[in-house]
Amino acid sequence: MIAIIDYGAGNIFSVKNALDFIGLDAKLTSDENEIRNADGIILPGVGAFPWAMTKLRESGLVEVIKEEAHKKPFLGICLGMQLLFDKGYEFEETDGLGLIHGTVEFMEEPDLSIPHIGWNKLVVQNDCPLLAGLSDEEYVYFVHSYKAHCDDKNISAYCEYGHKVPALVFDGNIYGAQFHPEKSGKTGLKILENFGGLI
Amino acid sequence: MLAKRIIPCLDVRDGKVVKGINFVGIKEVGDPVECAAEYDAQGADEIVFLDITATHEGRGTMLEVVRNTAKKVFVPLTVGGGIKNIDDFRETLRAGADKVSVNSSAVRNPDLIREAADIFGSQCVVVAIDAKRREDGGFTVVVNGGRIDMGIDAVEWAKKAEELGAGEILLTSMDTDGMKQGFDLELLNAVCSVVKIPVIASGGCGTLEHFSEVFEKTGASAALAASLFHYKELTVSEVKQHLREHNIPVR
Repeated sequence: MIAIIDYGAGNIFSVKNALDFIGLDAKLTSDENEIRNADGIILPGVGAFPWAMTKLRESGLVEVIKEEAHKKPFLGICLGMQLLFDKGYEFEETDGLGLIHGTVEFMEEPDLSIPHIGWNKLVVQNDCPLLAGLSDEEYVYFVHSYKAHCDDKNISAYCEYGHKVPALVFDGNIYGAQFHPEKSGKTGLKILENFGGLI
Repeated sequence: MLAKRIIPCLDVRDGKVVKGINFVGIKEVGDPVECAAEYDAQGADEIVFLDITATHEGRGTMLEVVRNTAKKVFVPLTVGGGIKNIDDFRETLRAGADKVSVNSSAVRNPDLIREAADIFGSQCVVVAIDAKRREDGGFTVVVNGGRIDMGIDAVEWAKKAEELGAGEILLTSMDTDGMKQGFDLELLNAVCSVVKIPVIASGGCGTLEHFSEVFEKTGASAALAASLFHYKELTVSEVKQHLREHNIPVR
């Protein structure tokens, strides 16, 4: 069973719908035991960085996530991906989960519309299991205003939007997708299926 | 760089896809969930449901349609029609819509845009503008299918919608809509030149060339069509293939 962490963030049903559709057993939960017993964990999220960390802390889930993330396949999606890093700078400096080294900062692109919304092309930097079976012409769906700054070795794929935007990051069994695989058509479903395959 | 989007639009009444010419002789022509899934399979980048139900019961039916679609369709889903307030936004998003489009209610109460953007984020607020040519060459905002002229300049309104927090403009030309002579390039250019947010071109496409033309000659980020796809005159995949041949980035 994959635990989809429910900490009050919006849009988590679409992740559950996508996993149901591809036949992966998943449950929305905020229960510590369920998360500890799960075979994989997905941390979804739409919203602001400080708010999300406060919610996770209030639910007593920060330590649970930090411990469990190293033991089983873990995937953060959108804000859930940003929370994996050491620090976020949305409104104020906030400690993240510190599971991947790096920071999350506003996308300074004066000539472009921010938020970065739409279908953008993945450019593979370091192959990873989540990209198995995908071509080098894959588009995925993004909605965000902040992006990760991290070491190239942790970037599996990025996209170009003014500058380089880390799209799929990883460190060991911990993965983060800045885009929404659950909204990225067949490509996104394949990425989720690949994640399910790690279990 | 972002791909240009192709967006099929479905008119839904009482939970069924309907088609009619100028709202006359509307007939039921299909199940919205199935139609949306078919467009997704063809490569649609987003699906728009326009709820043309007038009754309160119909709204509940529409939300059911959205819930069922969200279980089968994994591209962004935009729902519009009859959205009057924040509660309507919330209900529609909770049902599984990714974006909500507002038209006349935003014209009548522009603060709705600001409020919705503050609560749910700009990314899910689409402001739909129906525009019509004035005698002086400018464009005016019309509502109720073009029957009521609001006496507001369409280009100014688009700019204001962006300032209030709209994430996108869905721009329909009432002059070219249904004519199949191509999108309204003049209107699109007028609006694209004053806003930075994405503009979705709507109204007037009839051929493959109209799609490449709108992306080559205007700053539109997406093109929307209803009947053309519905009556299978063209498929989304044919449009994409055509755009690829014209070196226009598509997914």
